[in-house]
Formats: sequence, C-alpha cells, structure tokens
Amino acid sequence: MNRLKILLILILAGVLLAGCVSKQPAEVQPTVAQTVQPAKAPATVTLNGAGATFPYPLISKWSSEYNKVKPNIQINYQSVGSGAGIKQITERTVDFGASDAPLTEQEFSNISGILQIPESIGAVVVAYNLPDIQTGIKLSGDVVADIFLGKIKKWNDPRIVSINSGIQLPDKDIIVAHRSDGSGTTFVFTDYLYAVSPDWKSKVGKGKSVNWPVGLGGKGNEGVAGLLSQNPYSIGYIELAYAKLQHISYAYIRNKAGNFIEPTLETTANAAAGAVPTLPAGDASWSSVSIVDAAGENSYPIGSFTYFLAYKDQKDQTKGKLLAEFLWWAVHDGQKYSSDLLYVPLPNDVISLNEKTIKLMNYNGQPLI
Amino acid sequence: MDRAKLSFFRISRSKLSGDFIFEAVIGFFALGIIILAFLLFRELFIGSALSRDIFGVGFLTSSTWDPVAEVFGALPFIFGTLVSSFLALIIAVPFSLGIAIFLSELAPEKLRTPLSFIIELLAAIPSVIIGLWGIFILAPFIRDYLAPPLSTYLGFLPLFQGPMYGLSMLTGGVILAIMIIPITSSVSREVIMTVPTHQREAALALGATGWETTRIAVLPYARSGIFGAVILGFGRAIGETMAVTMVIGNSPRISESFFSPSYTMASVIANEFVEATSKIYISSLIEIGFLLLVISFIINIAARILVWKLLKVEGGGAT
Repeated sequence: MNRLKILLILILAGVLLAGCVSKQPAEVQPTVAQTVQPAKAPATVTLNGAGATFPYPLISKWSSEYNKVKPNIQINYQSVGSGAGIKQITERTVDFGASDAPLTEQEFSNISGILQIPESIGAVVVAYNLPDIQTGIKLSGDVVADIFLGKIKKWNDPRIVSINSGIQLPDKDIIVAHRSDGSGTTFVFTDYLYAVSPDWKSKVGKGKSVNWPVGLGGKGNEGVAGLLSQNPYSIGYIELAYAKLQHISYAYIRNKAGNFIEPTLETTANAAAGAVPTLPAGDASWSSVSIVDAAGENSYPIGSFTYFLAYKDQKDQTKGKLLAEFLWWAVHDGQKYSSDLLYVPLPNDVISLNEKTIKLMNYNGQPLI
Repeated sequence: MDRAKLSFFRISRSKLSGDFIFEAVIGFFALGIIILAFLLFRELFIGSALSRDIFGVGFLTSSTWDPVAEVFGALPFIFGTLVSSFLALIIAVPFSLGIAIFLSELAPEKLRTPLSFIIELLAAIPSVIIGLWGIFILAPFIRDYLAPPLSTYLGFLPLFQGPMYGLSMLTGGVILAIMIIPITSSVSREVIMTVPTHQREAALALGATGWETTRIAVLPYARSGIFGAVILGFGRAIGETMAVTMVIGNSPRISESFFSPSYTMASVIANEFVEATSKIYISSLIEIGFLLLVISFIINIAARILVWKLLKVEGGGAT
C-alpha cells in the first residue's frame, strides 16, 4: 500500500517536473519563428501592448478590426494601468505602451527615444445624485474645487445657488466621492482643478492618486458610480462614456470663455482642436501638454489626450514596420470607430501631427513608413 | 494488494531505494516553501530600501499619504488594518463558536454534514463577489438599519458618532467577519470534535446540564485549538484585499468613529500599485507590503507562544 502511494507521488512529481521543463521551449518558439524568418509574410506576428485601462475598449475594437484588414497580425493589448504600461515599455517587454497622462519630465528623460502619439481623447464629467434634479446643474471650476476641498459643504451654498437660478437646491450635506485607485481619470480631473483653483494647486496638486481632503474612495469608475447611486446628495467624477452608458446625471461646467458647456464628444473635441497650435513634436517632451480649461467659446474644460507610446528606433525591422503601420492605421481609419464607443475622434490637425511622429520611426536610420 | 505487480518497484534497494527518492522529493518541496518565504522577505526588504532611507521610522508614525508631494506615512493603513481585523474578530468569534458548538454538540447527526458543508461553501465565494454584495446590499443595509440604532443608543461613545454613508470601518469589519466565519468555525468544530467522549460522560455523570458540560468539560479542553482557529481567522482578515477595498471607503485618515471611512494596508497596495510610477512611491508601497508581512508574522508567533503557554498551564491535558 505504501509503495503504491510512493509510486503515485513520484509519478505526480514527474508529471509536474515535465510540465515545467516542456513549457520553456514552447515559450521561446514564437519569437524564434518571427526573428529567424522575417521575410515570410504568412507567419502570424503578435504586437504586444500594455497600459492605460481607459482606452482599452477602443484598442480592443481596433485589435479585432485591424485583424480583419491584416489577418496575419495580432494586436494583444493588456490594460494593466498607465503606470505599468510605462514600466513595461521602459523595459521593452512590450512593443507599444499606452498612457492617459503624458510622460512626466522625469519619465521622459528615463526612456530615451520614446514617441508620444495621441490616439484618442477622453472627457471626465462631474456627476451627481440629486433626487428630482436631472442632468445639467451648472458648476464653475472654483466651485468644483471648493466642493472637493471640503469648503463648500451644502448643496444650497450661495455660490452654487447663484449660478443655478430656477433650480431648487436642497439644504443637504454634499457627499464627495472620488477614485481610490490610481487612474488617468483622476489625473485629468485634478489637472483641471489644478489649472482653475490656486487653492487646489497649493493644497492638493495633480496626479493619478492624490491626498484627498474629503470624501469616500471607490475603486474604478464602477466604484464611484456605485457610491453616487447609493448616496443621494453625492458628487463625484467619472469618464464621460461611463456616465452616458449608465445614465448618470452630470453637470455643465463653465469654461474659460465663461459659458456653461455640456460634456459631449463635440465639445471635448473643440477643446483638443484649440490646443493644437501649442502641441510639441512627437519626440519632444509632452509633460506640460494639457487641454483642460481650454480656450474656445464651446470647449468643454475637463478632458485629455490618451497616448500610445512607441520607440523611435525600432530594434526589429519586421515588427517595427508592422507596428508603424498599425499606429498609422489607428490614428487614421481607426478613428471612425471612436464615436460609437463614446471616444472623441482626433481633430485633423492632431492626425497630421501624428503622421510626422510616426514617420520618425526607423530601423537603423531607415524609415519604416 | 497484489505484491507481484508492485515488485518492479523494489529493484536496487541498496542505494536508490524508494524511501530515499521519496525523502528527497518531499524534502525538496518542504524546503522550497521555506526558501520562498525567505526570498519574499528579502525581496520586499530590498525593494523598500529607498523608502526606509528617506522616511526612516517616521514612516510608521506619520499619517500623511500624499503621492503628489511624495510624502508617505503608513500609520492610517496600519490602524485601518488592525482595527478592521479586530472588529471582524469581535463579530465573528461568537458566531463561529456558536456554529462550532452547535454542529459538534447539539445538532442531530443528519444535519451535521450538510450544515458544515454549507458553511464551508461560504469560504469558496470569490472575495470580489462578496465585495459587490457588500457595496450593493450590505453597505446600504448597515447605513439604513444598523447605524441609526447604534448612534441612537450608543451615540455617547465616540465609536458611533458622525455621519454614516454606508462605506465605513464598520462595513469593512462586518464583511471581514463574514469572510472569516467559515474558517474559524470549521477549525473550531474539528477541535471540539477531538475532545474525548469520556470528558463529556464524566461531566454528565456528575449531574451537569448540557450547557455546563460544554462549558466545564469541552471548551476548556479545546481552548488552545479554538484560540488557534481564531488566529487563523485573524490572519485571513489582515490579508484580505478585494472585498474590504470595495466597502471600507478608502480614506487614509485615522478616526475614532466606526462610521468613518478607513483604509487598509492590503487595499492601498491593490489600489495604487499599478499606477505608481516614481521610485519612492513604489518603494513606499513595497514597504507597506513588508510591514504587512511582518505584522502577520508577529501575530502568528505571538499566537504560537500563547498556545504553548496555555498548554503548559494545563499540564499537557489538552495535547
């Protein structure tokens, strides 16, 4: 009986060991196939990407559509977060990265030869749950900042009432909800408050996670949406697409020109278009790029580009060429899938800027596209 | 078993005997775990070097967590982890003991297996599911039905003051309690089952009632084992991440009220690690992971020592 047990254990151990050993060659094979036979077109090539969660639905749509155009190319995108995406592209474990925020000065100097290619635009809405009041209360930047700083505590504060004539605001405490996980959404929102409120700038600052003076933290858009739906008289911030799909009420925000603007794809695109003349070249630092509080009569003030990250100098001719072609396709043909998924299509001026950037991609000095 | 069929297995008995291979293989597995634990410690220690250099001991006592200014202190997270886990124990231990005593002493034979099966099934529910249930059902329930009477009748205590929005230390504690009840109760039940029948018979022969038998003859005998079960539950509560992140409110502030949102060590790592890019930020999160490991280590060791002491006092009666 004992012997039988031992035999079983040994067989099990053998199977486990065999499993460990046989895995390694299997993992090596695909890369060998790609690098050794670059000339043969039919071999399927996988382009790996990692990064921000915000553009994930759009990139996965691109991945399946592009596979129809070029059946031998697989785009494999992991939405692990902008931070992890930047880390992976720095270590060259992926072919491209994606980030909701431009690289900081420090990150940019750490990764030599990185290109930043705006691929879409996202908007963040100030959402709320006020029983009997629909979408469309009006808020200005300094009021939003003071609510999130805990200075404005009641919905019927004179500063809110004065810009919302005709709406009966309740005498209730404001419950503030924010993201608890580090996120590009938080970056965009705090970037806006940083731009419009000196108080916010000195007390909190901007970032993917910040030290919130007040409020409850929910994990992800769904966490904040859950907090809003369960707590009457609450306020928070979520992505435009999420708010529209979930039918959550959101505020019109006063822009630089003094108009209260409803967040839509068009008004967000207006903000991006207005920023074009100030955009740097694709291989320069974008750390100061921001389209929050943009000029323009009809620009929604809380939005941001979301970026692809790729190296200027590609180390593999075939893969580099395929990557450049995919990026080219994404910023041109790919844009037609944006609106359906509630992403803002890129303005034409940004597309032509991207063309110049993608043309910088090269293998040993030889342009890839 | 047919010995002839197995005889091929007994070839060279001298050097490469089955025993030797067996010992080598399982020895390797056992050693592997120790090496793994050691490497984990080492990796977390090295990874947190930058944070320890910059913040020193202040990391443990500072309650500022500001990723923008890159100033980090772990106190609110340590506080949140310990308080929510203790709260969970306070709620879970009476329930678990009740379940264990009922299943081992009182329940009719037919009910025992299905009931204990159902309770153990609770442990198999993924924590993200429990978290979702926590957000949508438990948090509003606690806000609307549990918090108002608590603040009315116990509102003189600072523990039950202030506004309650659903996501709070209290909700986190209740969720954790639900998650540790299966393990605590099933281990306690096993321990109580091992109490020899003659203990009970002796008490009954002296005229003890059912309750007295359990109290005098069974529970003291199983004391150290039950204590072990409780510590096991505590360990689970400290490390639990997903469900508690979803209901505790994620606010790194120390408040004396159970109605305030709080934050745990595991939650802050889960929330912020993926988007942490600067070196000192990552290092600080790793130091929190290191502290979490150290705290659960200390608690386990303390529990071991306590169990040993209890055993000594009882003169080996319960071994």
